[in-house]
Amino acid sequence: MKKEYSKKILDEISTKFPDVSIKIHAPRRIYIKISREKLFDFAKFLHNEKGFRFSIATGIDTRDGIEIIYHFSHDEAGTYYNIKTLIPKDDLKIKSLATFLPATNWIEREIHELLGVDFVGHPNLIPLLTAETWPADLCPLRRDYADEHKDIKISKKPWEAS
Amino acid sequence: MANPRLWGLKKSPWVFHVAAASCNNCDIEILDLLTPRWDIERFGIVLVGSPRHADALLVTGVLNRKNLPRVLRVYEQTPKPCLVIGIGTCTCHTHMFESSYNVVGPYDKYLPIDVYIPGCPPKPESMIMGVVKALKRL
Amino acid sequence: MKRIVPIGPYHPLQEEPEFFKLIVEGEKVVDLEINIGYNHRGHEFISQTLTWDQVPFLVERICGICSDSHPYAYVLAVEDIAHITAPPRAQYIRTIIGELERIHSHYLWLGLAGHFIGYNTVWMWVWRYREPLLDLFELIMGNRNHYAINKIGGARRDILPEDYPKIREYLDLLEKKNAMFTNAILDDPVIRGRLENVGVLTKEDAIAYAVTGPTARGSGYACDVRKDDPYDAYDKVDWDEIVFEEGDVLAKAKVRLIECNESIKIVRQCLKNMPEGPIETRVDEIPSGEGIGRHEAPRGEVFHYVRSDGSNMPVRHKVRAPSYMNIASNVIAVKGYSIADAALVLAAVDPCYCCTDRTFVYENGKKKYSGQDLLKLSWEKTEKIKRRYKK
Repeated sequence: MKKEYSKKILDEISTKFPDVSIKIHAPRRIYIKISREKLFDFAKFLHNEKGFRFSIATGIDTRDGIEIIYHFSHDEAGTYYNIKTLIPKDDLKIKSLATFLPATNWIEREIHELLGVDFVGHPNLIPLLTAETWPADLCPLRRDYADEHKDIKISKKPWEAS
Repeated sequence: MANPRLWGLKKSPWVFHVAAASCNNCDIEILDLLTPRWDIERFGIVLVGSPRHADALLVTGVLNRKNLPRVLRVYEQTPKPCLVIGIGTCTCHTHMFESSYNVVGPYDKYLPIDVYIPGCPPKPESMIMGVVKALKRL
Repeated sequence: MKRIVPIGPYHPLQEEPEFFKLIVEGEKVVDLEINIGYNHRGHEFISQTLTWDQVPFLVERICGICSDSHPYAYVLAVEDIAHITAPPRAQYIRTIIGELERIHSHYLWLGLAGHFIGYNTVWMWVWRYREPLLDLFELIMGNRNHYAINKIGGARRDILPEDYPKIREYLDLLEKKNAMFTNAILDDPVIRGRLENVGVLTKEDAIAYAVTGPTARGSGYACDVRKDDPYDAYDKVDWDEIVFEEGDVLAKAKVRLIECNESIKIVRQCLKNMPEGPIETRVDEIPSGEGIGRHEAPRGEVFHYVRSDGSNMPVRHKVRAPSYMNIASNVIAVKGYSIADAALVLAAVDPCYCCTDRTFVYENGKKKYSGQDLLKLSWEKTEKIKRRYKK
């Protein structure tokens, strides 16, 4: 019964957003690819209309660009919808979801500092995890990141600088 | 009696608990020491809420870039002489976090540690033994 | 006039020492700023440099209190990539350890919540009955914490049949004591006075901030991975999901207390129906692909996303810890309540509140409220309520 339910939602998705590509990995694990421009509306549709719970977002540095996966959970059916979008490396920008979904606030800040993606419209895009002395252009989860951190000086009183 | 302040420290050491980037297990085991099974207060060891009241610091976890200046500051605020007791394998070296970009290396580069208590986490018995050994050395 | 009461950074909630800036007007909290990252060790970065079988030992050390949950979710994610199913006995063993861990974690929270409102008796009693559970862990797996029971394709250690009576004996003891705690805590007018209608998180906010676990279930939002997306032995046993509508601290405490009873039920059934057979399958290689593992940790949903390119290491490993979302919801929950309630409300989402006495405060080098002061404020409020009830 649960499986049918997810099929109904998938039909609805493919009629509303015809250019998505859907891959079903397992009955409750669904991967959907969507373009960067459509993502904001799609996420709004999933969260506001379908009532999906936002779980987390993953940023991955791949050969073609930075891939961001927004993981949404449909708790009634126990299904995970993973919305993939690809951002080219020469234009690292995407519309922020934090304007209507406060839960994405922290994770967008985290992806911004660890992978260097710019979230347009985010209310407060400052580093979340790394130290005050960490250089803003150094993104440790990028492929080209080497052991550059070994040269960073450790400041003794970072709170006085700000 | 060489140093009266050290002698005073030996009787009832007040400890302040500093967690650097730890996984909370050592911290929980330290709190466990206060509960009925171990009841460390019968030896006069009390956990206090401010480093300014402390005779000894219990440090746990590895140091990272963000908390290193704060940990050093806590150490500066503690009245000297004080004991620094490293609890857990993380304080002995950098454990399995060696390759991380945010971990700045072992404690003894920055802080003088008197006793290392290895274990992940060390059992409460070994923590008590470590503190007793540290006090015996004074 | 607005004033700032900073808490931290030595005030680790969940796995991180964090820095809270309470913005207050008089006694009332009007806003909260959260600054995390004092505990950032870069697990996701290190994970990409380790082999598949080494990663469970790393993710175990994300959090010492849910040290079964993270490897559990990771193992499920890798099994999802490779389409492996663990043998039935291993599934039951993992379920038992996951549930025993839930009891230990909820008891830990209960004790510390008692400490925050000035009932150290609750703390001492509750932790006294948590101690035998740690002995059980040591008996089964060789360590009081960091159990290392999960392995890709099975379990690392077996639960021996001669250990069953010891587990059952402990569950009998716990059932009695849990009933005692539930009655003692819920019937006490002073505790009710402190917990009721404090730190209310409405259902709408719970959904907007995407909280999970007892924090969400206390706010009337039913989400439990064990029910929604059953894995291992959870769909083979009979148990109930606990949901309360109120959203205050008392509701969260009730969820946790009653959940312990459900955990006892699950462990009993698992022990009764434990199948015979091997505890691991042979795993030759992890194919390329991506996988998701979900586990209901004591604090909420643990979610791991793993991507493989067919080599012996993960390409990307994303970890979602439940408190990552739950702590962010404190911004809403703490607003409008007094400073005396703040320590309790911030603790109500069950961050790893291991270090109460580590709370102290800097603002431009000046000390304002230390953790001890905050606790004292909280204790004074309990005393006030007590006096009111005596009259």
